Amino acid sequence: MMSFSDFTTILPLVVLTAWACVLLLVDLLIPRNRKGITALFSALGLALTLGLTIAQLGRQGSGFNDMVVLDGFSVFVNALLLVSGLLGVALAYGYVKRMGLERGEYYTLLLFSVAGMMLMAQAADLIVVFLALELLSIPLYILAAFARPKVESEEAGLKYFLLGAFSAGFVVYGIALVYGATGTTALSGIVAAIPSSSTLMLTIGAALILVGLGFKIAAVPFHMWTPDVYQGAPSAVTAFMAAGAKVAGFSALLRIFATAFPSLGSSMSDVLWALAALTMIVGNLIAISQSDIKRLLAYSSIAHAGYILMAFVPFGNPDVRAVSVAAGLFYLVSYAITNFGAWGVVIALEKAEGRGLALDDYAGLGRKYPALAAAMTIFMLSLIGLPPTLGLVGKFYLFRAVIAGGYVGLAVIGVLTSLISAYYYLRVVVIMYMREGEPTTTSEPYLNMTTAFAALVTVIVSLVPAPLFAWASSAVLKLF
Amino acid sequence: MHEYIAIAVLIGLATLIALIAIVLGELFGPKKKSAVKSMPYESGMDPYGEGTRRMPVHFYLIAVLFILFDIEVVFFLPWAVVFRKLGLFGLIEMIIFIAILLVGYVYAWKKGALEWE
Amino acid sequence: MIPISWYLTLSAALFSIGLFGVLTRRNAIAILLGIELMLNAVNVNLAAFWRYGDVNQITGQIFAIIVFAVAAAEVAVGLALVISVYRKKNTVIAEEIDLMKW
Repeated sequence: MMSFSDFTTILPLVVLTAWACVLLLVDLLIPRNRKGITALFSALGLALTLGLTIAQLGRQGSGFNDMVVLDGFSVFVNALLLVSGLLGVALAYGYVKRMGLERGEYYTLLLFSVAGMMLMAQAADLIVVFLALELLSIPLYILAAFARPKVESEEAGLKYFLLGAFSAGFVVYGIALVYGATGTTALSGIVAAIPSSSTLMLTIGAALILVGLGFKIAAVPFHMWTPDVYQGAPSAVTAFMAAGAKVAGFSALLRIFATAFPSLGSSMSDVLWALAALTMIVGNLIAISQSDIKRLLAYSSIAHAGYILMAFVPFGNPDVRAVSVAAGLFYLVSYAITNFGAWGVVIALEKAEGRGLALDDYAGLGRKYPALAAAMTIFMLSLIGLPPTLGLVGKFYLFRAVIAGGYVGLAVIGVLTSLISAYYYLRVVVIMYMREGEPTTTSEPYLNMTTAFAALVTVIVSLVPAPLFAWASSAVLKLF
Repeated sequence: MHEYIAIAVLIGLATLIALIAIVLGELFGPKKKSAVKSMPYESGMDPYGEGTRRMPVHFYLIAVLFILFDIEVVFFLPWAVVFRKLGLFGLIEMIIFIAILLVGYVYAWKKGALEWE
Repeated sequence: MIPISWYLTLSAALFSIGLFGVLTRRNAIAILLGIELMLNAVNVNLAAFWRYGDVNQITGQIFAIIVFAVAAAEVAVGLALVISVYRKKNTVIAEEIDLMKW
């Protein structure tokens, strides 16, 4: 039987959802030309929720008959998701006004999506995983199509929807098979039931869940939708989608596989190995030929899904899985922050009608806007994994964990593909500094703040990464 | 398995009788074609316009809204079955559920999605 | 009683038909139909697993209800997107919606 104490385990989530519901109604009263107020309220809600989440640090518990769980892992991921939400609102604030998309629903949908992601991080039952997956995806479908009279955006929304619904079908079929094999959908119950259940059905179920979530995190060969959707969707939405959906998808994968299916490690590790290697290679190779910054970042996002997948390969090995999951979490933070910064620069240069997005439009940025160009250089270095940035530290922890797990070949592929990626990331830097051009940018206070924040975090945390890694390590302790 | 044999016999008999009726009619019935006979049947009215003409988009919007609110009723049924066992807590839960639905309803209403024009 | 494998076969067939539909049809509405078929295959599975497992544990039933409630929400958004694209481009054929390529 449930009781009100169950609510305390998901208190931040409840507050955020209630806030979003009320904001949806409050927004009806705000006049059309003052939707900035809605943005402010949504940021306030996210900040309040972030405070409540931080207050949960160190607490353990589960609620609603073990449907949801509160642990270090969920607090860590939720904090990252809420920061992503805040950065997403900050990026959108000026952008939607400038592009003429200012509608209050933008911020409400963003809040609902963050709520879905948080539920994903706290899910301890496969039913909740499915529910959270839909709650985070459905608002994202709408947000992708948010620049509505623009055909590209509507198409991006439709494509994202069709592929997303398709992948949800795989996830839920996989969950049904796991339920059939073990007789339960609770992650803890599945572990207990595995010794006496049909291995074949369980393996197929787990594989289908992997395929479905593979679509969500844009792993090759389930990545086809990514470049189109990232390019067509409004840039502020893409920035949030790239960070938030990836963090949520990976947190679900980490929790499901690490807590429910460690016994499948021997059979799944090879598949994950191939998936990670393929994602890194394909993502980085196709990115080379891109001339549009949004598509470039889309393929970069695919490639980074591959790096994070590496953290997953040793999930069945009890000696290294804790350190590799912690490395995966750390890398998620580094990718999310860098990603928001890079998109911030893209948004600063983007003009109406989709102009200002070609790589050539970045020519001369170094001379005319040195601060912006310096920030972009930091983000590009971080995406490659060069010092002095967070990307380097993230890759270091990742490769170390993977090598400790005995997958030296995978680490070599990771290093080699990073070298390939240096080519196209550095090309952006070269264009900014070496070529003549007259770029124009838009300077908005919140946008500048986001970019500066991301650049500072990328550099400073890379100099003292130990506290963040220690937090990530302690977050995964109770996971297994 | 044998409880299904009766059903199989029933299906077979029904098909047979239907076939006999059609074949007899085809063999012995008079066949005269006329313009009125080959007209599409619309409950006795004279057909007008094409059968595949377009519906106003608003029709689909209302249909979508109907599905959304209609499907939620499915959650009321199991709740009603165990209502007494759940007690006060169940009642509060359902009030929260309905409140969330109401938020969506008020939003759709205020946005004018329920008006025909 | 009919063995459970019959239901699982039916469900797998439904899922495969839906999958085939999604991959081969060009009409966005038909793709949507395929996706619905896949989700309904899941519901057949869930109901069968519930009936042949521990009948007192109603997880399977509840999950089936949640699946189709969520599917309805998803389809509502999807239909709205399809209608919106249709108004703009007068087509629902997925291949003609091709502003963006590799």
